[in-house]
Amino acid sequence: MIAGISLYEILTITSILFFVGVYGFITRKNLISVLISIELILNASVVNFVAINKYLYPNALQGVVFSIFIIAVAAAETVLAVSIIINLYRQISSVEVKDTEIMKY
Amino acid sequence: MERIIFYILALIIVVFSIASVSSRKMLRSVIYLLFVLCGIAGFYFLIDYNFLAAIQLTVYAGGIIVLLIFSVMLIHHIEMELEVAKKSRQILVGLLCLFGLGVFLTTIYAHPFVVVENKLTTSTADIGHKLLSYDAGGFILPFEVISVLLLAAMIGAIVIAKKSRE
Repeated sequence: MIAGISLYEILTITSILFFVGVYGFITRKNLISVLISIELILNASVVNFVAINKYLYPNALQGVVFSIFIIAVAAAETVLAVSIIINLYRQISSVEVKDTEIMKY
Repeated sequence: MERIIFYILALIIVVFSIASVSSRKMLRSVIYLLFVLCGIAGFYFLIDYNFLAAIQLTVYAGGIIVLLIFSVMLIHHIEMELEVAKKSRQILVGLLCLFGLGVFLTTIYAHPFVVVENKLTTSTADIGHKLLSYDAGGFILPFEVISVLLLAAMIGAIVIAKKSRE
């Protein structure tokens, strides 16, 4: 654990990060910006897992293992989202949220 | 010393995350996200999980950011300005987020955490043994499921992004 830093300060930082991500998720109009906001939200949750594991249960490793899984799922999600965005751009020449109103063709 | 470094990292994370969701230029927004991710990696180094910091730097800063930059380059002109939401909508969402943050923080600060003082360091071998153990509390099944998920995501990405035959 970090000398002189309590768990509350870390959780404050991650809460701010989470809500900045939520703000971006709602206000941005571009699919890639929405993806960036999702990355911020996922990172906030990962830091929470790690910090709580280190501060409250230092002998367990569950938080670390779960954060590795979250990072793997985030990577898979980003790959699929980027491929969907590129395919969409090929079909309708736009990646704005308001233009994406069809599911197929 | 560690205190000062933590506050610097926290400042980097907060400032660049706000810059990342409010920048009008697409590529700058991705670069700000890179700074946020590097700040979080520094935070992992500080809290003594070196393996996670390495994963964060390679997977996020190395992989995901490059992928996002590629897609931005394929889709936009670099200098293109994004259209933003209406001012009233931005203010409304900002107020809602501040309200949610307030609820989160009051809940967090009202909860008494039982902090265990420790100086333990976790080696990579410990994490590897935990991931591959068959015993109770081992994570061999999710590990295998994650490998199948990554394979499925890889095949799916190829199938979705390849040019369809007309």
